[in-house]
Amino acid sequence: MGLILAQLLTGLANAGALFMVASGLSLIFGVTRIVNFAHGSFYMLGAYVGYSLMQVLPGAVGFWGAILLAGLVVGAIGALVEMIVLRPVYAAPELFQLVATFGVVLVVQDLALMIWGPTDLLGPRAPGLGSVVRIMGEPVPQYDLALIAITPGVALLLWLLIARTRLGILVRAATQDREMVGALGVNQRWLFTGIFGLGCALAGLGGALQLPKGGADLLMDFTILAQVFVVVVIGGMGSLPGALIASVLISVLNVFGVTYLPQSTLVLTYVVMVAVLLWRPFGLLGREEVAGEIGQVGRPEAPIAPAGGLRVALTVAALAALAALPLYAGPFARVLATDILIFCLFAASLHFLLGQGGLVSFGHAAFFGGGAYVAALLVRYADTPMALSILMAPLGAGLLALGIGAVSLRASGVYFAMLTLAFGQLLWSLVYQWGAVTGGDDGIVGVWPAAWATPDVFYWLTFAVSVGGILVLRHAAHAPFGYSLRAARDAPRRAAATGLDTRRLQLAAFTFAGAMAGLAGGLFVYSKGSIFPDELEIARSFEALIVVFLGGVKTLSGGWVGGAVFTGLEDLLTRFDYWRLALGLTILAVVLVFPDGLVGGLRRLSARRRPGGEPDE
Amino acid sequence: MSLLDVRDIDSSYGRAQVLHGVSMTAEAGQIVAILGRNGAGKSSTLKAIMQLLPPHRGRVTFRDTDVTGWPPYRVARTGIGYVPEDRRVFTQLTVRENLEVGRRPAGPNGPGWTEDALFDLFPNLAERRDAPGRSLSGGEQQMLSVARTLMGNPALVLLDEPSEGLAPVIVSQMARAIARLRDEGLTVVLSEQNLAFARAVSDRALVLDHGTVRFDGSFDALEADPNIRDTYLSVSATSTP
Repeated sequence: MGLILAQLLTGLANAGALFMVASGLSLIFGVTRIVNFAHGSFYMLGAYVGYSLMQVLPGAVGFWGAILLAGLVVGAIGALVEMIVLRPVYAAPELFQLVATFGVVLVVQDLALMIWGPTDLLGPRAPGLGSVVRIMGEPVPQYDLALIAITPGVALLLWLLIARTRLGILVRAATQDREMVGALGVNQRWLFTGIFGLGCALAGLGGALQLPKGGADLLMDFTILAQVFVVVVIGGMGSLPGALIASVLISVLNVFGVTYLPQSTLVLTYVVMVAVLLWRPFGLLGREEVAGEIGQVGRPEAPIAPAGGLRVALTVAALAALAALPLYAGPFARVLATDILIFCLFAASLHFLLGQGGLVSFGHAAFFGGGAYVAALLVRYADTPMALSILMAPLGAGLLALGIGAVSLRASGVYFAMLTLAFGQLLWSLVYQWGAVTGGDDGIVGVWPAAWATPDVFYWLTFAVSVGGILVLRHAAHAPFGYSLRAARDAPRRAAATGLDTRRLQLAAFTFAGAMAGLAGGLFVYSKGSIFPDELEIARSFEALIVVFLGGVKTLSGGWVGGAVFTGLEDLLTRFDYWRLALGLTILAVVLVFPDGLVGGLRRLSARRRPGGEPDE
Repeated sequence: MSLLDVRDIDSSYGRAQVLHGVSMTAEAGQIVAILGRNGAGKSSTLKAIMQLLPPHRGRVTFRDTDVTGWPPYRVARTGIGYVPEDRRVFTQLTVRENLEVGRRPAGPNGPGWTEDALFDLFPNLAERRDAPGRSLSGGEQQMLSVARTLMGNPALVLLDEPSEGLAPVIVSQMARAIARLRDEGLTVVLSEQNLAFARAVSDRALVLDHGTVRFDGSFDALEADPNIRDTYLSVSATSTP
């Protein structure tokens, strides 16, 4: 009994920081419609800044002052980021802002490494709250009790701000109809900046508050981000009480999970998330997203034009050069080209889903890694020959996509994206924690190509399969399947009225894209000889998403162009010490210069040069 | 110079041009009705004035200031209020919170609208002051949308189809409210398909067709020109206010 109570208290204490970070994310999303990937980075910054301030400021006043100051500093940094990075891209296609925030993630990671170094920092103890209290015989840290007292206070203040002040009224109004708020004389730019800053301040506050419990390290940005997404989705996007309930639920669940089911804590979190979303697709206290929201209508998409003669000739020449690569280039270039080809196929499959289907998936790596694991497991447990296991990879991934898609497509928009994220993480945690079968963190190694597949032959195989896969995806866009898919994307109701079963179409597209990603995964495992859970993870899904947005969603070739540029760039930059910083800054530069992606930007440039050619405005 | 001077504007949705060289003026204290069929460009003209649909040619001048290309919030701050056709009430907010969103300090010689003055103008709203926007009837939402814009103390109000889809009794309330606005010295530009309603509340008529001005003058002159009436205005929209 005493143990259970103590654990409950620990869970409640852990919920505090989680709630603050989650409410910030929720607030930012509600008003600006930005899913802030950098939110975990602001949490991390809060911890580091708080740590440094605590070194300087003495005593209890210094400790608590440092926490408050850390929140303020991080809030100010957030507001600056919003002004410099996000303001120019609000007009860009929806979710393009994701790319910008991902650039911020990379930059912050390396800046933190530069300033605070690679070693984990141990958080100082709160003055006067360093010991434990015995409750029913069980030791409970005093600081936990302090957190339990502070959290409801912060929640109450936040609620008062939203429910009772003019700022809160404007926030709620803007959440519903930004354009109308502007037409009533409110300068939304400052509203956006203010809310973004406030959300980041909350994240920073959370980071600083948890210092005595968790310290500061360079991995905490992604660790918290996955958890915060779970919380926000379970609670309902944009709902503060929902975020509070979900934070408590997840934190308490985690504490009990660690004690009673230590092998499956991660799985447990995502199982709960999937269960809640199946029961309530918009979270516990969330509301259904209104389709075609007022005042947020994007510019109409240009129809896809067939490639001209010059483009075809150039493509053929480039492909010929790529096919002949082993004849003139060394092994290093061959490995790089293999990586690029595989990633291009993976990116092209997600691009198909996004561009043709309008379905933004946050968990596409589940199918890439899923396909790879299918192949690797077949080799490990059934000694399957290479050709067969590469063939089974898309099949397995396709089946997986069929199942996940059938459930996820019950929702749409951000909730669909979050469901795919949940399933992706569920799969990742299963693979990660079910070590007996999957090898867990150690992965599966020794998956080498068959004897007949010499490095050159394997390269040609990769070339043929990847290019073939991309051509199939391209062909599907030009087939009736592609037409009806775009119809379902642009005008779901009208498409349904003409007799199209839109849900089934989208499920077919989701399965198709998943199978193609699985094919890339099957190639991947043989090109590396091994597979680790990382390939299934949220970071990999985001990477693919970033690549697709960088390439340009509203163009047919955006997927593979983005994939090629990104992989090439990553290979080039990882030779430097601070490659994340360089990559992040490059991404930000691309975002600011080409808000419609690389291909879209190039198209715009060429249209400007051609007299009479009007850019797609 | 006129309070509002719209000079030769073109506006487009994407590649579809909806306004072709529209010019119009509104004098201080005047009520101007823009008439025309569905798709004639009435709403687009109001949106273009508000810069919600920024013109790519021509100028919009208000109180001798060229506001073309300004963001809508700055246009609102110079004293132009906009009431959209579809009302766009904030459904999650209460009536009073909706009004709060629109609140802006009164100008030097404006009437200085307050919550109470607006509840006086629209008594229906007073009874529902703490009800959420989503629970209001269509007529109440229309009143709230007008009241919300008046909270910004504009000198010029753009009213997009104020009588559309309303019950006759609400339409006559709306007509009385517009008359009150005139008494307060406000200038109003409204778009309307209901000729009888427009005639009852307005001083001048402007007829649009396919984004082009076909007629600009008094209602008497409009009546005297059956050609314009029959060609550009639908005959059915004649219910009495």
